Amino acid sequence: MPLRILLLLAGVALTGALSLAAPGNAEAQGNLVLICGNVEDWCREMVTAFEKRTGIKVAMTRKSSGEIYAQLKAEAANPKNDIWWGGTGDPHLQAAGEGLTQEAKPADPSQLHPWALRQWKDGKERTIGVFAGAMGFGFNTKLLAEKKLPEPKCWADLADPKYKDEVQVADPNSAGTAYNFLATVVQIMGEDKAFEYLKKLHKNVNQYTKSGAAPAKALSLGETAVGINFQHDLVPFVVQGAPMKVVSPCEGTGYEVGSMSIVKGAKNPREAKAWYDWALTAEAQEIGPRTKTSFQVPANKNAKPLAEAPDFSKIKFIDYDFAKYGSSEVRKRLLTRWDTEVKNQPK
Amino acid sequence: MTRALRLWIAVGWVGVLILPWYAIDSSFWYFDWYLKYDGDNAPTAHQIFAQGRWYLAPPVLALIAAMPALFMHRDSRRLSRLLVAAGIAGMALMLAEGAAIDHRGWSWAWLQALMGGEGPKQPGMGYGALVLAAAFLMLMCQGLAALGWCRGDAFIVSAVALVVALVGVFVFFPVFEVLLSALQDDKGNVALVVFFEKFLDHSVWGLDCLNSSLRCGVAWNTVFLAVVVGAGSTLFGLAFALIATRTDFPFKGLLRVMSVLPIITPPFVIGLAMILLFGRSGVVTGFLNEWLDIPRSRWIYGLQGVAIAQLLAFTPIAFLVLIGVVQGVSPSLEEASLTLRAKGWKTFNTVTLPLIRPGLANAFLLGFVESMADFGNPLVLAGNYEVLATKIFFAVVGASHDQGRAAVLAIILLGFTLVAFYAQQMWLGKKSYTTVTGKGDAGLAVPLPSGLRWLCYAAVIPFALLTAAMYVTILLSSFWKTVGRDYSLTFEHYLTGFKVEWGERGLYFGGSAWNSFWTTIEISAISAPLTAAIGLLTAYLLARQKFAGQRAFEFCTMLSFAIPGTVIGVSYILAFNVPPIELTGTGVILVICFVFRNMPVGVRSGIATLSQIDKSLDEASLTLGAKSFTTVRRVVLPLLRPAIVSSLVYSFVRAMTAVSAVIFLVSAQYNMSTAYIVGRVEAGEYGLAIAYSNVLILVMLSAILLIQFLVGERRLGRRQPQQAMVVVQAGG
Repeated sequence: MPLRILLLLAGVALTGALSLAAPGNAEAQGNLVLICGNVEDWCREMVTAFEKRTGIKVAMTRKSSGEIYAQLKAEAANPKNDIWWGGTGDPHLQAAGEGLTQEAKPADPSQLHPWALRQWKDGKERTIGVFAGAMGFGFNTKLLAEKKLPEPKCWADLADPKYKDEVQVADPNSAGTAYNFLATVVQIMGEDKAFEYLKKLHKNVNQYTKSGAAPAKALSLGETAVGINFQHDLVPFVVQGAPMKVVSPCEGTGYEVGSMSIVKGAKNPREAKAWYDWALTAEAQEIGPRTKTSFQVPANKNAKPLAEAPDFSKIKFIDYDFAKYGSSEVRKRLLTRWDTEVKNQPK
Repeated sequence: MTRALRLWIAVGWVGVLILPWYAIDSSFWYFDWYLKYDGDNAPTAHQIFAQGRWYLAPPVLALIAAMPALFMHRDSRRLSRLLVAAGIAGMALMLAEGAAIDHRGWSWAWLQALMGGEGPKQPGMGYGALVLAAAFLMLMCQGLAALGWCRGDAFIVSAVALVVALVGVFVFFPVFEVLLSALQDDKGNVALVVFFEKFLDHSVWGLDCLNSSLRCGVAWNTVFLAVVVGAGSTLFGLAFALIATRTDFPFKGLLRVMSVLPIITPPFVIGLAMILLFGRSGVVTGFLNEWLDIPRSRWIYGLQGVAIAQLLAFTPIAFLVLIGVVQGVSPSLEEASLTLRAKGWKTFNTVTLPLIRPGLANAFLLGFVESMADFGNPLVLAGNYEVLATKIFFAVVGASHDQGRAAVLAIILLGFTLVAFYAQQMWLGKKSYTTVTGKGDAGLAVPLPSGLRWLCYAAVIPFALLTAAMYVTILLSSFWKTVGRDYSLTFEHYLTGFKVEWGERGLYFGGSAWNSFWTTIEISAISAPLTAAIGLLTAYLLARQKFAGQRAFEFCTMLSFAIPGTVIGVSYILAFNVPPIELTGTGVILVICFVFRNMPVGVRSGIATLSQIDKSLDEASLTLGAKSFTTVRRVVLPLLRPAIVSSLVYSFVRAMTAVSAVIFLVSAQYNMSTAYIVGRVEAGEYGLAIAYSNVLILVMLSAILLIQFLVGERRLGRRQPQQAMVVVQAGG
């Protein structure tokens, strides 16, 4: 293993030296086609840093993870993208299961958090965790004060009839975020209890949005009082100054693992691996937090997360089983049950 | 032997001997091939001999087989038959060759078994193949015309064949590919049971809303919304058109601008502006709450909100279709009616209204189809009211990733379009709507009866005020620091997107939006004239010519418009990602997608306008010895000016504002503004998204003015009101 790291470091150094020796001759170092599932600014910062570091020219497109998965599947016969960086872990696992992506080994697993490596194992070594973010909810302080409602602290609070028509969450059929929420409460309460809870919550939900991040936006505009979302989707609005607070529920909560996969049949495999290795280094992992474009927790233990990011050490986490709840049988069963027992019930 | 024949044979040889057979570089503007004239860059003749690509030879043999035609008598039937045979054989051989070998070798397992091994590999077809295929098609048409098809008119045969070929390749083929997945299960096996299960699902057809508080199926929701929006936008569009043409309303220019604004507004923006105005924390809601004690509510989320947003967005389309038709109504018919002592109302009801039926029917059809395919407004405003377009989008990209379901739902959507299409045909019937004839028509447009005039005002003024309020919000919110919260003014959003600096090498476009901005303008500017040309050509063929399978052909041209963008996007990847036609990642695929997606608007408004123009005008031209091409150019086109303007404007605008199809087709090199805007909306940066939209609105406004200036007004020899005054005075 140390030999490989040494070789890699030598390689990186050599490429660095070459790119210094031949400024403006980026072509010679190769090209990489990147499809990015994170927010645009973060993608751009990463691309610029990588280009400077390696001299490899990156052509980047940003899309949502669902769109990326659909696209990779459609163009599987003749892939146009080399590497898929970012975006929630479930579609990455699904792509790995269907053989749309290929195996790769991290250069130094010892630097990575266990959840990142677990994603790697769950995904047949075809995908690896790069960031993590906790599930949670937020509330609009102004609206709650106007309605004289108490601040919710736990998942259970949200089902209280006091919050009738005040809670917003996405539809798990369309949004991975909401499916993560569904799987989280199932793992906390057990399946039957969880559906009891969801039925009660149903009476409080004003809208099942199509897009996963929509509740966070509705909260920031004051269109809903409570919104269930990933915490890192809520935090940017708090930083922007919206009258919002982010809550890590008292019963504990689940999380998502933002991942990275190399596309099977990539036209530039060498450059794709270079990105793969670089993206897991502490240096690359600090770019998001440093430029305030990411409020997630980096997979590299040595990389520092942003101060405003949800502090993982203070959140009570459940032992989220991605392999089980990401599998298509369990997913189909839970979604069908949710459709018949929750969504299609009168309010 | 005619000149056209010689020309097309020469074109064929250019494709074989000079142009590169394969498309190597992904850019359409790639002209460096003549510098590196070898390997995959070489023309097919070079490939066959120097590279040993024997499988490229058969199409060339077909071209050689056509050569004897050069020495035959121009009227001999042998010549015609030879041309038809060579043309069909050439195209068939090209098709077979392209389908048999792709980038990985033999495409079919039985071929692999037969030939042994992986087989040769080849990239997608390029300029050479394109030109040769065109030559074969045209040779076939020359032959068919000589055999007496379409009364021996080679222009008409060629035009029909060209449109059929293009629609076949770029509409039928990809749509067929994706609809096939409706019949397959998760593993790609044919499974009819799964299809019917998905098709008859309770969530699609359920009628629970009639007798309980539960929601109805998504299909009923969609149809109801589409009927409301189709009828509403037609009525509002008619009111606008009547006011613009038949009254002396002082602010006509302003009305026209305001009616056109919503059509040039990028998606999400109208929905967002509606939330900022009427949402729970909206400006108007807050005002009503403080002054009238009306409690804040979420009433806009649902059917009402989407219907209002769609009416705002699609009424302009109805207006664009109807204004040409209302202008075209012959005043002398109305004058005759008035002379016979009919009252204003009666004249309007029995003369004007029946004459504008084609316009009404087409406007309704467009509104209906647009509403069903619209995705941006329901996404933002639909609340818990589900419609097919969003359901289809999330079936593809959502957590369930069920492309088969998306295809099934798309088939349902298509079914509704088919029904609407035939209902429209039935309603129009076989009556004549001709009002623009060769006879002198010096009548004066009759003013509206006063009751109707006030009705129109009552409809248009609130509509215009609402539009105005929306646009003031949209304009202001791009200058607010944080939309909806911090109302201090700033230029920050414009600077982030569109910063321009003086660098060492002159202007430096530093803003993050410039890249997608230029691409968008380039792609839209290329696709708009192409769309208008092919759309109007098709309209001319449908309205003026008779050929077998006309109705089916007409419906096929509507296909890509009626299918939701998401499905089109996926279908284009499925169809055009592998050789023989490999276009993904290029700008060409965006242009093609826009051309065939927006072409129906050219077709619809072309047909509506053409049905008013007397055929005897064409016939007079033909009798005087003009060819049909000359007739089209000198007689039909000038009379079609309103249709040209509306299809040019519409296709340009749609190319700039389309979202759902584009999301799958953009690449790093060719990124479109809407993809950028959607990304910003997703990240919650509304200010930047709206600022970008405002820049686009400005660009589109200037483009519309430019198009109107370039195409010009249609001049129907009719008196101007001022002249009329003089005549009346002289008479009195």
